[in-house]
Amino acid sequence: MAGKKPRVKIPKSVSAGDVITIKTLISHKMESGQRKDKEGNPIPRDIINHFEAAYNGKVVFSVDIDPAVSANPYLEFTSRINEAGTFTMKWTDDAGEVTEYSQDVALKG
Amino acid sequence: MNISRRTLLCSSAAAAATAFFGLAGRAVASVEDVEKLITEFASGGTIESGGALQLKTPEIAENGNSVPVSFSVDSPMSEEDYVESVMIMASDNPSPDVATFHFTPDSGIAKASTRMRLARTQDVFAVAKTSTGKLFKVSNNVKVTIGGCGG
Repeated sequence: MAGKKPRVKIPKSVSAGDVITIKTLISHKMESGQRKDKEGNPIPRDIINHFEAAYNGKVVFSVDIDPAVSANPYLEFTSRINEAGTFTMKWTDDAGEVTEYSQDVALKG
Repeated sequence: MNISRRTLLCSSAAAAATAFFGLAGRAVASVEDVEKLITEFASGGTIESGGALQLKTPEIAENGNSVPVSFSVDSPMSEEDYVESVMIMASDNPSPDVATFHFTPDSGIAKASTRMRLARTQDVFAVAKTSTGKLFKVSNNVKVTIGGCGG
């Protein structure tokens, strides 16, 4: 699906050992598969079914998502940062399409 | 036509909610379905009520399309003892699963939040599993006033 643009908020600079909060939002209609169109035909399910966040290649947090998650899924989670590095996040939808986002985290001082 | 802005807002919200839930048919999950999922998730372990797990949901949700839900589990989050996963369920949705969160010791704190859909007033359940095999369960009732027009 075109136009899926993730919005991610990560503190830009942190001290080693800090636990930071990361907020993510991605636009996706999250069609539940429960609805019907005007002719009464079921609208096929189309959701983001998996989210994964990795820091320097190591998975920190992941979610298996079901249709009961709202459209434009919002996720907030935490991560302990011990060294400077890069966050990589991946959203996978029912069609197997993966949206990726990455951002560097620098250490203070 | 003398329609106030408030009335218009309410009726369009109601229409949107109906569009989402109204055609969903009568197939709903039940508490038994939730119990079944929890038993699978627990895979034979003993489940403690409450304990270290806290679930936060609004008492009253005006819009069932987007209900904030968050949870946290008290845990040292060390290599030896951390929260592996937390499953969120809703007993009266067309399908009970909402989402399953997986943590690692690098998560630092076992907490997360998201937004979910609730078809009607119902109980929201959360179960947490730690790496040491402990299980916690809590549930909250959420009143859903679809449309939010007060009748």
